[in-house]
Amino acid sequence: MFRSHILVCGGTGCTSSGSARIVTAFEKELATAGLDKEVKVIKTGCFGLCALGPIVVVYPEGAFYSQVKPEDIPEIVEEHLLKGRIVKRLLYSETVQEDTVKSLGETDFYKKQRRVALKNCGVIDPENINEYIAYDGYMALGKVLSEMTPEEVVKCILDSGLRGRGGGGFPTGKKWAFAAAQPKGIKYVCCNADEGDPGAFMDRSVLEGDPHVVLEAMSIAGYAIGAQQGYIYVRAEYPIAVKRLQVAISQAREMGLLGKNILGTGFNFDIDIRLGAGAFVCGEETALMTSIEGHRGEPRPRPPFPAVKGLFGKPTILNNVETYANVPQIILNGPEWFSAMGTERSKGTKVFALGGKIHNTGLVEVPMGTTLREIVEEIGGGIPGGKKFKAAQTGGPSGGCIPAQYLDIPVDYDNLIEIGSMMGSGGLIVMDEDTCMVDIAKFFLEFTVDESCGKCTPCRIGTKRLYELLDKITKGKATMEDLDKLETLCYHIKENALCGLGQTAPNPVLSTLKYFRDEYIAHIQEKRCPAGVCKSLLTIQILPDKCRGCTLCARNCPTGAISGKVKEAHVIDPEKCVKCGVCIEKCRFGAIVKK
Amino acid sequence: MKSLEELKALREQMKGKVGIRHDGDSNIRVVVGMATCGIAAGARPVLAAFTDEVAKRGLTHVSVGQTGCIGICQYEPVVEIFEPGKEKVTYVKVTPEMVPAIVSQHIVNGSPVTEYTIGASGAQS
Repeated sequence: MFRSHILVCGGTGCTSSGSARIVTAFEKELATAGLDKEVKVIKTGCFGLCALGPIVVVYPEGAFYSQVKPEDIPEIVEEHLLKGRIVKRLLYSETVQEDTVKSLGETDFYKKQRRVALKNCGVIDPENINEYIAYDGYMALGKVLSEMTPEEVVKCILDSGLRGRGGGGFPTGKKWAFAAAQPKGIKYVCCNADEGDPGAFMDRSVLEGDPHVVLEAMSIAGYAIGAQQGYIYVRAEYPIAVKRLQVAISQAREMGLLGKNILGTGFNFDIDIRLGAGAFVCGEETALMTSIEGHRGEPRPRPPFPAVKGLFGKPTILNNVETYANVPQIILNGPEWFSAMGTERSKGTKVFALGGKIHNTGLVEVPMGTTLREIVEEIGGGIPGGKKFKAAQTGGPSGGCIPAQYLDIPVDYDNLIEIGSMMGSGGLIVMDEDTCMVDIAKFFLEFTVDESCGKCTPCRIGTKRLYELLDKITKGKATMEDLDKLETLCYHIKENALCGLGQTAPNPVLSTLKYFRDEYIAHIQEKRCPAGVCKSLLTIQILPDKCRGCTLCARNCPTGAISGKVKEAHVIDPEKCVKCGVCIEKCRFGAIVKK
Repeated sequence: MKSLEELKALREQMKGKVGIRHDGDSNIRVVVGMATCGIAAGARPVLAAFTDEVAKRGLTHVSVGQTGCIGICQYEPVVEIFEPGKEKVTYVKVTPEMVPAIVSQHIVNGSPVTEYTIGASGAQS
């Protein structure tokens, strides 16, 4: 029995900031101090506060240490674990009070959050099935198999109002009902873990922090529709997630929670992993299934929908990781519990991956209907450097930008679509006044051009032409006619593309055009980039009256574009200047400016 | 795993092992003095005995922790038990053999083992 548990975040964020070395350091120090039989080190999933990683939490005190370095470990072991004195200097500053330590639940970052899909992330050891079971793991599967009929399971999910968390927001219960209504025979349950939106990492965090929840939910889905086989399609670029899934599957098989005659009820269900090679289009359901079948990942027209004719031509349901992560709790707590959270038409919670110009980069889970302002300013801690909020990008390359005037709308599926964006998988990139909206649209289009599978013309050629038009605008070579062309082409692609990727690809352009048309016009008519981002439209100049002639800029210029004598004002040769901005950073007198 | 009952039994068994990972102050806290004086007087086996005893009885609402020197070094090992809404109880010169009695009488049944407390030992607390 251990008197103290040290939880070290083993999610991808903290792992890349060195949490593995912290685990080793703890094990070594504990052994030296002779505490290794009293104190247990557990590698968990993501705590959410990735900006402050690596994160270490010590129980029973619940002390939340942030940005821990291997050098700090001897001090934590000596002071905290041996002598019982919490090392205050390493605590997350929000939790430190005059004389006591504030509980994590009271900090601004956590207090408005409601963790459902992320319930076990950062709490359990994802590689130990017993810890999952300790937190009611596989109880929902047990309940379903022993007390409920498949019809009741489908009805329960339907009544809960759960909608697909992968982007589309289609009611999950309806999907299950369609597949369940198909004639008996071979059916499949698939999990979409091909998370591809730039900046979104909630599915990865669930897989890394709580892999069993996905296995349990898929088994429940299998029972509900009458399937015996499941596939998890996960990106090969998520090595930690893949490894923990493999561990979870083999543990579940060993315990008889996957396989034949589960819990002695006669129900058979097994799950296999299929690795994706990293094509964005394979997150689209028909392309994903084509890829599992062993073909090149390309979409096909719908109907027939997967619930009727999906994987290997059989009825299939395909849900996203976060969607599945909600299922066991809906079964255990009842549909009313779930539908009590959220808004009229969007129930439950949503996980957002906060990124961009924001203090608390990381993962947050809030009830649907929380306003963008609460997410960005309260939970996210606002924008660094006192800059102004300009827009938030949601939904990745398929979504759009939400400008400052909509900060107070409750975030849910329908509200976001109404203002020209979408929920998407939940990536939320915050942009401040230094962001050029044309450049952002161009960035996302570049992504789509790269990722278009090329099967249909509107997407293959259309997105390329869109990108070229945007490029022309950012270079100051476009005309107002080009702007009209751009808009027409957007609608054309939306209406004609084969799959979701193409149909939503123009969204970043359309939403920035809707809210920031003046920026497009400034680029075209005034040949000016208001945010000072588009390099072709900038010149970097030295202000002669401020320059002291210290030569620092000239010495640092990578292209040798700056010339001048010591103690005399320098000048930049615009022909040679590549506008990298190094001179602006180096100048101590604020004498160099972008115009 | 052959049945739901087996799964439930495993859950109960595992719950005790993760019980300390909760924030909340309705818990009973057992605090062992673990400064140099305490360790020298043998606080480590006492701490281990409390941890084991609490685990054996599956007392998930009890946390066992340690603290520094509270200034009565001659009475070490010192153990304090905090119960919400009650005066703290201080046990002195605790040995691992005394632990089962403290846990069963005090923590489980609510009546402190008076003869082990600081009051009985003749010192002023």
